[in-house]
Amino acid sequence: MQVTLKIFRYNPEKDSAPHYETYTLEAEPTDRVLDLLEKVKSYHDGTLAFRRSCAHGVCGSDAMRINGVNRLACKVLVKDLGTTNITIEPLLGLKVVKDLIVDMEPFFENYRKVLPYFINDEPPPPDGRERLQTPEERERFDDTTKCILCGVCTTSCPTFWADGQYFGPAAIVNAHRFIFDSRDRGAQQRLEILAQDSGVFRCRTAFSCTEACPREIQITKAIAEVKRAILTGRLD
Amino acid sequence: MTMQRHQYDVVIVGAGGAGLMAALYATKKGAKTAVLSKLYPTRSHTGAAQGGIGAALGNLEEDHPEWHTFDTVKGSDYLGDQDAIEFMCYQAPAIVYELEHMGLPFSRTPDGRIAQRPFGGHTNNRTGKPVRRACYAADRTGHMILQTLYQQSIKHNVTFFNEFQVLDLILVNGKVAGVVAIDIATGTIHVFHTKAVVFATGGWGRLWEITSNAYTLTGDGAAILFRRGLPLEDMEFYQFHPTGIYKLGILITEGVRGEGGVLINDKGERFMERYAPTVKDLASRDVVSRAIYIEIKEGRGINGQRYVYLDVRPETVNKYAAIDGRTRPDGSPYVVTAEELLQKLPDIIDFSRTYLGIDPMAEPIPVQPTAHYAMGGIPTNIKAEVLADEKGTVVPGLYAAGETACVSVHGANRLGTNSLLDIVVFGKQAGIHAAEYALGTDFEPLPKDAADFAISQLETLRNSKGSERIADIANEMKRVMMDHVGVFRTEEGLTEALNTIRELKERYKHIHLDDRGKIFNTELLSAWELGNLLDLAEVTTVSALARTESRGAHWREDYPKRDDKNWLKHTLAWKRENGEIELRYKPVVITKYPPKERVY
Repeated sequence: MQVTLKIFRYNPEKDSAPHYETYTLEAEPTDRVLDLLEKVKSYHDGTLAFRRSCAHGVCGSDAMRINGVNRLACKVLVKDLGTTNITIEPLLGLKVVKDLIVDMEPFFENYRKVLPYFINDEPPPPDGRERLQTPEERERFDDTTKCILCGVCTTSCPTFWADGQYFGPAAIVNAHRFIFDSRDRGAQQRLEILAQDSGVFRCRTAFSCTEACPREIQITKAIAEVKRAILTGRLD
Repeated sequence: MTMQRHQYDVVIVGAGGAGLMAALYATKKGAKTAVLSKLYPTRSHTGAAQGGIGAALGNLEEDHPEWHTFDTVKGSDYLGDQDAIEFMCYQAPAIVYELEHMGLPFSRTPDGRIAQRPFGGHTNNRTGKPVRRACYAADRTGHMILQTLYQQSIKHNVTFFNEFQVLDLILVNGKVAGVVAIDIATGTIHVFHTKAVVFATGGWGRLWEITSNAYTLTGDGAAILFRRGLPLEDMEFYQFHPTGIYKLGILITEGVRGEGGVLINDKGERFMERYAPTVKDLASRDVVSRAIYIEIKEGRGINGQRYVYLDVRPETVNKYAAIDGRTRPDGSPYVVTAEELLQKLPDIIDFSRTYLGIDPMAEPIPVQPTAHYAMGGIPTNIKAEVLADEKGTVVPGLYAAGETACVSVHGANRLGTNSLLDIVVFGKQAGIHAAEYALGTDFEPLPKDAADFAISQLETLRNSKGSERIADIANEMKRVMMDHVGVFRTEEGLTEALNTIRELKERYKHIHLDDRGKIFNTELLSAWELGNLLDLAEVTTVSALARTESRGAHWREDYPKRDDKNWLKHTLAWKRENGEIELRYKPVVITKYPPKERVY
């Protein structure tokens, strides 16, 4: 089959403003959009810039807007798009550096603000073995351990677009992963951070993040659980 | 060309599991440390590892580090160095607990301990039956290791230079003096003056057409050292994982077979019974990959095509578990439900749905062997020090860990779960020893022309006046490696491959790049990476051609027997000034386990 790609292009060394370029190429219905980008770069225009690594949805490099929706280019097949006209653009809300590459630093800065690491200064068990955790306690935060920090959720959030101060859903997801881990002792610190102006209460439950997440994390639910923990002071 | 300079005690190249572990330990030891990664750290391929990390915790049944050691020696087809293997397997329980203490969310047993599952080649040494040794976090164990180590790096204020591609290593008087890197976002060259360097740059699966490896696994570290006159060890030993998704190569973890999945041919037979009567589908990867190739070659691929089925439907799992007499830890018969499998293998189910449009609970998964893991690489000792020759001479200040290194703990064939173990055990060693070395020594003076070679490499590519597309050269290389330097090899095929690779190296001198710019010139870097791959393709093929025996993953149809008399030794390959590759050999370290015939 033939597909038409309309790709957002911007090279700061050459272009005064962004523009779109169109490429027509042969594709298989089972091709990933990433395969098409590789084909364009290999045989049509080597200057096209995008990030990619694992090509199967676990590294989070190739988040971009595909027909208006934030996706990982390696997790969307041509046949799933329902059209042969494919528009590919960079994520919204972050500065475009070149073509489909955005500056991810503000995203990671928000992530780092929520203390996204295990906090527990108590000595581990004297036998040196693992801290115990029941399967139910482990299950409590399982969903949010899946996050690959691709940025798809945060850059599909209307509040994040409107307001650069909001931590965004990905940061909250990663705070949730620790807040509800029975072994962790940093919940209070994180909840105080997330109760600030730039924190969870900026979420307007638009569900855009949950719909977009390539790991199918129930992000809005996680945010609601963090909100509830702040309001009730309880972690159940 | 604009250039920036930096000074650090220790520079770590690569931010996967080995690099981050090294960074944590070097930083904690008080060395001023920087991590240079061509990706954001969380994009590293450690995150794609699925099934588990091996450690004889004995949480569900009897197990011992000694058994883990023997299984690894046997898995290596007796080419692994037994002192290094013993060191790794005895470190394993403590390091898994260390990861847990860092917060790693392992799956749990009913009594709250780290959950463990069976994996290929890991056995109860008394009965020969599979043992539950793989510690796992669902089917995203690597993801959780990578995330946890990155989280700890933030906690301990590790310094990162993200999206910096290291291009060259600077040695002065045979000692480390620095590395040269390009900031991908700006095209600026940076020279890092340093006392110690740890290479943790991962593997080179992108040499082959069908691979489980990321686009970025192009063997940069190994190729840089090779060009700088250092040897590469055992490059002919490259693992094909038995179960990659048909045509795509995406990994389907051995954990699927650990949970009871079986391989089925076109006649509906569970063919592994014929190849490994005791452990069947949980034989070593080299054994299973060869079995699949033979089934396909003899016409028993599904519909005569180049794949077989991996069947993990609950009814299939339960049928064969009953035949095998498999039991739960409490002695009850092993019976699974779709719900339980979904919980233990969520990502595998997601991959199957996304890329194949099938539900593995209702349909079998089409699979074929996929290029997966380099057993060979930069020769190191158990302190992760890089070795310059067959006598074990250390290169002062130079360290390597993880897939790019060859300690050798995997020998001729790696067992599943031992790569995640390798990266944390030897990443830690690299960090500790690099920091200790750096804190006890002075900087070597950095030559004025330190960056010249790297710059000339890039400028030659950027300004090349030919018309060859790099994709064409890469595709041809991948095809010939797949056809002739894969699961089965012959002298004829290897010779053909070598000739083709050498032609491709000529064509590579006449490429054309569209992008002459500085900012995110990923075409330029892809071209540079292809140069690395071509060098590694050549040394892999030369090493394979010389080894006239079959051992582990290196299977020569024209020499189908293991030959301990002549070949119980490691290959070392050097690139000499005239471009020729010189091969020399060094003995395998054998401590407790004299080589025996290998049956599963």
